[in-house]
Amino acid sequence: MAEFLQLLFAGLTIGAVYALVALGFTLIFQASEVINFAQGEFVMLGGMVTVFAYKAGVPLPLAALFAVALAVVVGVALQRLAIEPAKGASVVAIIIVTIGASILIRGIAQIVFDKQFHALPAFSGDEPIRLLGAAILPQSLWVLFGAAVIVLGLRLFMERTLFGAAVRATAANRLAAELVGIDTRRVLAFAFAVSAAIGAIGGILVTPITLTSYAVGTLLALKGFAAAMLGGIGSPVGAVLGGLLLGLLESFAAGWISSTYKDAVAFIVILLVLFVLPQGLFGRRAIERV
Amino acid sequence: MTGPRSKLILLSSLLAVLVVVPLLFPSAFHLRVAALVWINAIAALGLALVMGLAGQVSLGHAGFMGIGAYATALGPRHFGLDPLLSMALGVIGAAVLALLVGRPILRLKGHYLAVATLGLGILVHLVLVSEVAITGGPDGIQVPRLVVAGWRVVGPEVWYWITGVCLILATWIALNLEDSSTGRALRALHDSEIAASVVGVDVARHKLLVFVLAAVYAAIAGGLLALLNRFVTPDVASFLRSIELVTMVVIGGMGSMMGAIVGAALLTVLPQALTFFHEYEHAVLGLLIILFMVFLRQGIVPGLLSLFARWRSA
Repeated sequence: MAEFLQLLFAGLTIGAVYALVALGFTLIFQASEVINFAQGEFVMLGGMVTVFAYKAGVPLPLAALFAVALAVVVGVALQRLAIEPAKGASVVAIIIVTIGASILIRGIAQIVFDKQFHALPAFSGDEPIRLLGAAILPQSLWVLFGAAVIVLGLRLFMERTLFGAAVRATAANRLAAELVGIDTRRVLAFAFAVSAAIGAIGGILVTPITLTSYAVGTLLALKGFAAAMLGGIGSPVGAVLGGLLLGLLESFAAGWISSTYKDAVAFIVILLVLFVLPQGLFGRRAIERV
Repeated sequence: MTGPRSKLILLSSLLAVLVVVPLLFPSAFHLRVAALVWINAIAALGLALVMGLAGQVSLGHAGFMGIGAYATALGPRHFGLDPLLSMALGVIGAAVLALLVGRPILRLKGHYLAVATLGLGILVHLVLVSEVAITGGPDGIQVPRLVVAGWRVVGPEVWYWITGVCLILATWIALNLEDSSTGRALRALHDSEIAASVVGVDVARHKLLVFVLAAVYAAIAGGLLALLNRFVTPDVASFLRSIELVTMVVIGGMGSMMGAIVGAALLTVLPQALTFFHEYEHAVLGLLIILFMVFLRQGIVPGLLSLFARWRSA
């Protein structure tokens, strides 16, 4: 029971991070039909910038704020300088642009920072909380709580505000949204900014547990993408559930089967899902018009 | 689309380049880099068939390269097989894998196909990294020297010619495929799968065929790479390698066999030229990809061809 709980919490914690990455994917995909492979780099930037600002003597909350702001700037720059000029290109071409952006961001991070692994101090101590024999790090609660706040906040924003409605309208039909006077360029920039911020916050929250380096983005992006696929791409609820489910599968596979192949779980799952259920667990079947 | 004449032009200009390069750059280092270009070009050609001709995407193609390379390394070490036989077995292995996973994978489209092939490539890479007892893990493994009928195949010059001839053969086969009824069927399904199936193209079979052929090309390239370097590491199958292969095809010009070779040459030579600022290699690669996709989306070869056509008509 203790071991089960331990794996459950570990899985939920890492799953919450996957969920945030997947949510970022979903947000951009809804607004622009772009799959942003650079999503993981926002997570990396969040962690790395905070680490280096903190080491330079900036108080942790300020360092975190600065990291999120920087990720937002990078996100908007990505949309304005790389995605928008490539408008009208094929799906494959845009995937390649975002992969190029991801390599570029990682390459710059490698020069500006370094190639070492870095940690942040846990926000509220390292004393584990005992629960039915399992030890839970307080930082895990921060991750879960932070993720929950982001998910709910985004949902409220989308449903209750005018700008949220504009984002949803753009997602439903960009041309029609433009016709009723919505500035879809702003909506797109907003989508990139928010998903950069979400990724960066995820990176900051999880760095005290998993450490960070310039290279963590790629695998996180791929797993977040797998999570988004698992949930059915384009569905925010699916993204969150897909992320949590993937985290749990990974954690239990590592605990009960093989920790060597922990990273393989995401890709095996995604291949199986695609073979059996190509529209994901919560996605709607896309209808192709000829 | 290549007629018999342009096919001949392409093949003979390739042959001319093959002959001229050693005259201009006779040093061992340059010949080795050129051999790497030919090897990457073989893998890129296969991918160009999948991406350019059939309009499918594979983000895990380095996985097949890894299978070819590791088969060549592991056969002699664990089973005492001849390296060449091991390489052939690796190529067959890659083809069988492509056949088995290609069937369900190729039903998918766009993003889904991208992520499925990506997952496949990453799984191959993970196995190569994790099975330390068999593959030597992240540190890589030695490849024995190739000896054919008592002749020790060594030296950059020898490998330059071997890989060069392989590339010419690979190009010839790719051009013929492009020109055959299969090529026309693939182009048709590229434009519209439904329209193609309505006129009687067996869409699934043709997609599978070209996917398997591309896997074979990649595995051959991987095997040649292992024999040339006499050492392999899991890097050969990494995600970044897959992306490099895709980039070669895209930068050179999707849908152009010549483009795949030009793209391979560019992406192989450039990092060698940039080694003195090795730190910036990734940043430059990323920037190049973005710039090409934004400013020269058709790729180098089709871009130049359309410029040339405009200049002639003006």
